[in-house]
Amino acid sequence: MTGALGVLADNTPVLWRLLSLALFFAAWEIAGRTNFNYAFPTFFETMTALWEMTADGSLFSAYLRTLQPLVIGLVFSLAVGVSAGVLMGLRRDAEWITLPVFITMQAAPMAALIPLITFVYGIGMTSKVLAVVMLAMPVIAINSYKSVRNVSPSLVDMCKSFQGSRRQQVFRIILPAASPMMFAGIRLGVAEGFSGAVLAELLITPTGIGDLITYSRSVAQFDHMYAVILSIVAFAVITVSLLQLLETKLFRPEKRGT
Amino acid sequence: MELYGYKVPKMAALLVWVVIWEIIGQFELVMLFPPFSDVLLAIPDVITTPSFLEAARITVLSYLGGLALALVVGVSLGLLMGLVKPADRLLNMWVNVFLSAPLSALVPVIMILFGMGMPTVIVTVFMFAVWIIALDTRAGVLHVSPSLMEMSSSFGASRWHRMKIILLSALPEILAGFRLGVIRGVKGVVIGQLLVSIIGVGALFALYSQNFLMAHFWALILILFAFALGLAEMIGRLEQRVEYYAGARS
Amino acid sequence: MHMTQPIVAETEADQIIEVAGIHKVYNETVTALKDINLGFGRGELTSLLGPSGCGKTTLLKIISGLLKPTSGEIRVNGETVTGPGPERAFVFQDFALMPWATVLKNAAFGLELKGVGQKAREDKARHYINEVGLAGFEDKYPHELSGGMRQRVGLARALAVEAEVLLMDEPFSAVDEQTRRKFQEDLIRLRETENKTFILVTHSIEEAVYLSDRIVLLSPRPGRLKQVVTPEIDRSGNPEAIRRNPEYLDLIDDIWAGLRDYVE
Repeated sequence: MTGALGVLADNTPVLWRLLSLALFFAAWEIAGRTNFNYAFPTFFETMTALWEMTADGSLFSAYLRTLQPLVIGLVFSLAVGVSAGVLMGLRRDAEWITLPVFITMQAAPMAALIPLITFVYGIGMTSKVLAVVMLAMPVIAINSYKSVRNVSPSLVDMCKSFQGSRRQQVFRIILPAASPMMFAGIRLGVAEGFSGAVLAELLITPTGIGDLITYSRSVAQFDHMYAVILSIVAFAVITVSLLQLLETKLFRPEKRGT
Repeated sequence: MELYGYKVPKMAALLVWVVIWEIIGQFELVMLFPPFSDVLLAIPDVITTPSFLEAARITVLSYLGGLALALVVGVSLGLLMGLVKPADRLLNMWVNVFLSAPLSALVPVIMILFGMGMPTVIVTVFMFAVWIIALDTRAGVLHVSPSLMEMSSSFGASRWHRMKIILLSALPEILAGFRLGVIRGVKGVVIGQLLVSIIGVGALFALYSQNFLMAHFWALILILFAFALGLAEMIGRLEQRVEYYAGARS
Repeated sequence: MHMTQPIVAETEADQIIEVAGIHKVYNETVTALKDINLGFGRGELTSLLGPSGCGKTTLLKIISGLLKPTSGEIRVNGETVTGPGPERAFVFQDFALMPWATVLKNAAFGLELKGVGQKAREDKARHYINEVGLAGFEDKYPHELSGGMRQRVGLARALAVEAEVLLMDEPFSAVDEQTRRKFQEDLIRLRETENKTFILVTHSIEEAVYLSDRIVLLSPRPGRLKQVVTPEIDRSGNPEAIRRNPEYLDLIDDIWAGLRDYVE
């Protein structure tokens, strides 16, 4: 599961990937031309619509709106989720009291809370940020917890045997050793956060990307609707993959170069 | 030691949170949380309404339908990717894309293609569950021990027999994928109904929020959570049985 | 000739480590070690030998201070041990290298924890990397090295802190046979330059006899002292010649005769 989110980083040859993309788009184009559904545009129509929306700036301003709750929510989820996860991994008492909550939150359909949150906090920014946090934080916290728990006990023993202090144990051994799995959890959390942001905009009140989707649908501009959906999916996938590249560049010297 | 010392206090900690919830509710500290006792009292009220029974029917049927579809398609897709290299190269990227994509954004498309009813919810469940099942099945097939395969061909096993060996040795991974698919599927069934909003649970939520029935709202959420956690627990038990021989395998 | 000693609390003058009345019980039910009394002479190489489950690694970890005994105490240079200390350095069975750090940084880690400055600790680490035969690999990462080379890094790290005692937990069990042999020969050479006390846990009778001044045999479940054997093998010449030494071969047979009961 750890490597599941590395679309750009898996080792399929580039040529195969291009072929795969080409086949997918070709199938889309052909399906669109058969007119099996009045609301299914062809690939080229969708790309044209995407270009139009990019050119007139509507796509850009929609992303600007959508990214606000997403970024705020993700920053909050990262700060709280990682600290809670690490704390649960290091301390039994923190684990006992907090872990069941996060386990419940991860296994349960948290999206069901979005209507409730809208009901209480209205249709503003707070609700949207909360929607992102609810979806992104549990997976970040649980993975940070697991990553700390999975640190090789012999590495910790090694640090102890050289009389490392608890502080040194945590900062020199446990956190670096836990970081690969923690980053994998963060990537999953970011992906969930995208889901939360889109869901919030579709459910709470149409703004940003959600507004573009809802509006295009209501005026039957299905090529525009598909273009927006395609763009947000691509945006999410590319963001998550870039995070992985960034992680390798910044934190994993042993994977760099040879 | 972990098993024994772990299970019991896990429940106890949730009780602590329930008590905190009750206190917050009683003193109206956070608007989001009505007293937990009110929520509990609302549960019978929610369960006995005809619209709840209708919602439960839709939820269970579309969940099971979507999940069954995801299991069949996911395992076949995973087998295909694990066994046929070109198929893997073509499909792997898309499976990974759909795993990290915000699938909620696809629901409007599904709604247009499949209408505002149960088929949309079924497809949503399918979309949420299928990719992780495919990916884990693929991993399971790729991890089948080569010596096991050499053994079976050296003893002249038929094609059908070898397929069976592959499926059985990939079973732990398939089940792990299925468990994740079960959890994702619950999210799918809820999100699908929320977005369609005129049937099932989605309609109930709309009803409760129009009438300011906070406790009912929470009662329904608790029922959904219990459904999700119960399913996850069930699959977890099943998985432990399979891991019995998976542990011996590695 | 070698001789087999009865089990008595030894009272030689120069004992760097004393093990007094050690019991270890896990989970209040499993007795891992029972009534262990031992002394380790300064500059000696002692092997703790026994079948799996005899508690030899547990005893080593108690000596290192990583585990606490249920009762009894360990004294190093006459002082009671309460935890890991600078006189003892541990070499781990699974190497315990940091995958994110280079060979040089791994080897210098013990010094780094002690607050030694970068220049000083890297100079010293370089010296010992050279000593264990890894010169030229300073900037490699652990995953680029073979198992045997990784354990050499573990050894260099333990040597770099200049502890008096090296505690080695089955250091060669995770490397292949050829590498193991080479490593054993190198260890004999290393003892000529580094005047240290070694305590080595092993399940290999050949390895114990080949390397040790003294072999402590433990019986399984609960681990007790069964026998202390003192091989008197001349290791001054070619290390390869030891393996053809009749005393070496006889002693292996003797020990095996004593241990085979536990295996059946």
